[in-house]
Amino acid sequence: MSNKPYRVPTAGTGGTVGRLIDRSQTVDFTWNGQKYSGYAGDTLASALFANGIRVVGRSFKYHRPRGVIGLGSNEPNALVGVGTGSRMEPNIRATQVELFPGLAATAQNAWPSVEYDIGQINSLASRLFPAGFYYKTFMWPQAFWKSVYEPIIRRAAGLGVAPDGPDPDTYEQFNCHCDVLVVGGGVAGLAAAEAASAGGARVIIADENPQFGGISDIAGGTLDGEAQSKWTAETAQRLAGSGNVHVMSRTTVVGHFHHNYVMMFERVADHDPRIMNEGAPRHRLWKVRAKRVIIASGAIERPIPFANNDRPGVMLSTAVRAHLARYGVAPGYRGVIFTNNDDAYRTATDLLAAGVPVARIIDVRPEPAGPLVDAAKAAGLEISAGSAICGLMAKSGGKHITAVKVAPYSTTGRVPGAEEQVNCDFVAVSGGWNPVVHLHCHNGGKLDFNDKIQSFVPRKHEDPVVTIGSANGTFDLAALMDEAYAAGEAAAGTRAAKAKAPKATSEPEGALEPLWYAPATGKYNEGNKHFIDFQNDVTAADLELAQREGYESVEHTKRYTTLGMATDQGKTSNIIGLGVLSGSTGKPIPEIGTTTFRPPYTPFSFGAIAGTQVGKLFHVVRRTAQFDWHKEAGATWEPIGDWRRAYCYPKGDEDKHAAINREILTVRGKVGILDASTLGKIEIKGPDAGALLDRVYTNTFSTLKPGRGRYGLMMNEMGFLFDDGVTVCLGKDHYLMHTTSGGAERVVQWLEEWLQTEWTDMKVFVTAVTEQWSQFAVAGPKARALLEKLEGDVDFSADGLAFMSMSEGMLEGTRARVFRISFSGELSYEIAVPANAGRVFWEKLLEAGEEFGVEPYGTEALHVLRAEKGFIAIGDETDGTVTPLDLGMNWAVSKKKADYLGKRALELPHLADENRKELVGLLTEDPNEVLPDGAYAVSSVTEKLPMDMIGQVTSTYWSPTLNRSIAMALIKKGRAKMGEKVTFPVAEGKVIRAEIVDPVFYDKEGAKQNV
Amino acid sequence: MLVITCPVCGVEGEEADFHCGGEAHITRPATENPEGISDEAQRDYIYMRKNPKGVHFERWRCDRGCGKWFHACRDTVSMEILGYYGITQKPPATLLKKADPLWQAHFEAQLKKAKS
Repeated sequence: MSNKPYRVPTAGTGGTVGRLIDRSQTVDFTWNGQKYSGYAGDTLASALFANGIRVVGRSFKYHRPRGVIGLGSNEPNALVGVGTGSRMEPNIRATQVELFPGLAATAQNAWPSVEYDIGQINSLASRLFPAGFYYKTFMWPQAFWKSVYEPIIRRAAGLGVAPDGPDPDTYEQFNCHCDVLVVGGGVAGLAAAEAASAGGARVIIADENPQFGGISDIAGGTLDGEAQSKWTAETAQRLAGSGNVHVMSRTTVVGHFHHNYVMMFERVADHDPRIMNEGAPRHRLWKVRAKRVIIASGAIERPIPFANNDRPGVMLSTAVRAHLARYGVAPGYRGVIFTNNDDAYRTATDLLAAGVPVARIIDVRPEPAGPLVDAAKAAGLEISAGSAICGLMAKSGGKHITAVKVAPYSTTGRVPGAEEQVNCDFVAVSGGWNPVVHLHCHNGGKLDFNDKIQSFVPRKHEDPVVTIGSANGTFDLAALMDEAYAAGEAAAGTRAAKAKAPKATSEPEGALEPLWYAPATGKYNEGNKHFIDFQNDVTAADLELAQREGYESVEHTKRYTTLGMATDQGKTSNIIGLGVLSGSTGKPIPEIGTTTFRPPYTPFSFGAIAGTQVGKLFHVVRRTAQFDWHKEAGATWEPIGDWRRAYCYPKGDEDKHAAINREILTVRGKVGILDASTLGKIEIKGPDAGALLDRVYTNTFSTLKPGRGRYGLMMNEMGFLFDDGVTVCLGKDHYLMHTTSGGAERVVQWLEEWLQTEWTDMKVFVTAVTEQWSQFAVAGPKARALLEKLEGDVDFSADGLAFMSMSEGMLEGTRARVFRISFSGELSYEIAVPANAGRVFWEKLLEAGEEFGVEPYGTEALHVLRAEKGFIAIGDETDGTVTPLDLGMNWAVSKKKADYLGKRALELPHLADENRKELVGLLTEDPNEVLPDGAYAVSSVTEKLPMDMIGQVTSTYWSPTLNRSIAMALIKKGRAKMGEKVTFPVAEGKVIRAEIVDPVFYDKEGAKQNV
Repeated sequence: MLVITCPVCGVEGEEADFHCGGEAHITRPATENPEGISDEAQRDYIYMRKNPKGVHFERWRCDRGCGKWFHACRDTVSMEILGYYGITQKPPATLLKKADPLWQAHFEAQLKKAKS
């Protein structure tokens, strides 16, 4: 490909162009797999220009060729993929990518290539892609959505592609505090930081660019009689050496939250990945608490929408000027300037001085005047005042601009006049400036419309946050410096710095002429679009259509057209969009209002969000003292809260089902042991311990004798069940409460809350001891025989340790608490030993039980065993809306006690309602059919939805004991429907029928646990 | 994310180090007299909450610190925390004065009830 390079030669420029590049040092990189080279100091964008590449991507919807428009983070078009394989990162702005040797970048949204893109056919068919296209087109038939529409849309839409493997790089997060955080290292930010620093404050100043100084290098004006950029460079250096200022480049302040919580995203190694070999992370997320925040985020130039204003080579005026000054590149060989203000004249004279011809300055103002205008005239530049661009001509499928059409313009409408063609290959456009108010707005800051700059400026913030400089609408250099020093002094609380402020001078500039839309002449057709939002391909016509279709609120227009909803968050488009809406509705812009600015200011990496919390550090896992044993035994795992419990222990080539069935039959027929250490254990001690239990449980505990236990239910004040377990009396005023594994922390805090906030006179201590004990269930007909083989002084006999009682003693040389409780319905004991003796004791149990065929069983067997007995499980039979009465547990709900939590709520009409769902058992007609968990029961199966839902399955299992399926369900008025059939329509038209039965499927009399 | 200082142990922490227990000064009818609570009174106790735009009183717990509950006075608009006081205490008069009228009515009604 023979692209003409757009690098401006140094000859004759007096060193004023290409300030940041080193022409003696070439850097090789690839673009779409092809090798190119740029200079050290280039960005990807400037290096592409230097290689004659202006088309850097295809647009989102119409796949039109697109080039670089902006500067740094405001660039909406030039989104590229950087890196390869698992290091590929999509949607990076080429204007922010610093060139390094070996950089590999690719264009996005283009197939088969960015030069020849098939999707451009969308552009020709664009009558089919109006605003709200998705809502209008893909409505029916519904079945088409999944199989046809969605795959097509997914392929055609979206920005970039995801990396193809896990990210191999490291990321980290820092927390820090400072007195003053200055956002933005332009002239205002630096001045404020200097003032705050002089006052002794601890300061952080962050700028998203590699260099400090903002656009001071191209902004004109002087400080102490010299170029602004000299002062900014010196000040940045001085601050870095000052000891109380942390100067951070390549760091974007992405969000501002309550109490001056600020998030900063630092690109540590993107500009030079080699430093990661020395241990640097790729990105770093800073979480800063600043006493005060000074926002000096600057302003973003806005384009003027004119016909085909998205053609590669149309660029923002300052972006043209900055690319020339910094990297020595121009977007073409012959430019025109289109402006409504004086600043763009600087671009014209700079281009001319660098040897780039400027064919015309097209200024919508009828009588531009002032020193900048005079300078342009003196340089021999031709000016068309009172004119606008009304068309743009291009060849090669829109990739090369050949000319613009210029016609007279007036704010009162089109004035008749001849249309003129001006040959050029690039256009620098300036429609004024929008203060970057995003951060001010993230945490509720309000805005006011400023007529002078025709944009929104911050109103005083509720937080200790102040916005200064051009971000505050202050563009005059002297006024800006005053504002910045004052803000810095105020933040530091001293007035020491003012004397250091340099004397500022700047050329006076004339007023700008508001211009939101430059009408096209000639026939309006599809190729003749006025783009507002480049990244989401939203045109002025789309906004007007949305208005005509009734989307009057700007928030609705935004969502319907997707204006400002792309990754650039409307940096270059939002205000223009409001201007267009203002024109089409006749309402002034402040009445239209703005949409919400949300964090982040610019997208940042998932890596930075995750930080070091990946892999093993993603989530802390709690392990019982026996964890390693279970692991060695080949257990599969079930997460319960933060715990990992053994789910089952497959042997040989057994699958999980076979293992679970074997474990259940072992418990029913011989003896099994379960690691129940995760059960919550809370010791409750003090003169009011019994009284506390009576208040928090539905049944009575204060009457328990030492050595006895009772099963209790806990309700919240709404009357809903949230925990259960056996509490035993260890001695006078001393109890041990068992809770569910997942509820242990919740219950401790629940008790504490009531003791601290409501029953403050109660004398009782509550202590969580869950992790102090390892606890094992020994269950099955041979449980007693097994335990009696242990060395020790505990009496396991039926008389010595009756059902629901406990004793303490020594077993196998360790202290032990023995509870005779059963969650399986078998003869069962739970033995608690100090956790550090847990594993040894567990192995002793296996050893002692060997002759009885003992085996460990996991949580799934535990659940089937309890379901066979109709025991409820919190979280299965309950979901936060279920009362003990719903579960038929009236026997555990005291009528006698005057007050306990949730008691009064049970009498409320909606809980006493006889139409509530009630717990029942279910036996499917086909005993081999296991109901799906959560299946809905309906009163009758109908063709038309919705069906009348009468309940749902809460527990459902294959019972190897009964050799058939069993289930429990909550069914409306279920207890009155014993023996009736209930239907469950499940997936794909299948219906399962089941008989309503008592939920206790096995050993209804409870004889087996009581031997 | 708020910055909160526990008035019990004195530790300053992030909002995530604390737990918000919602509206403060809710009277539990059953503690006073378990009999004769109307359905409406019980419903209001369980479900009805103030939602003032402005100064509000809340319960917080020092979750990752001392574990104690305390009261905080927070402006729901500016998010400023205006003060703290003990979990068994009523808001200081200086804070109550700034609070939403909903709150002043709340304490006046309590006072009236106590007198009768």
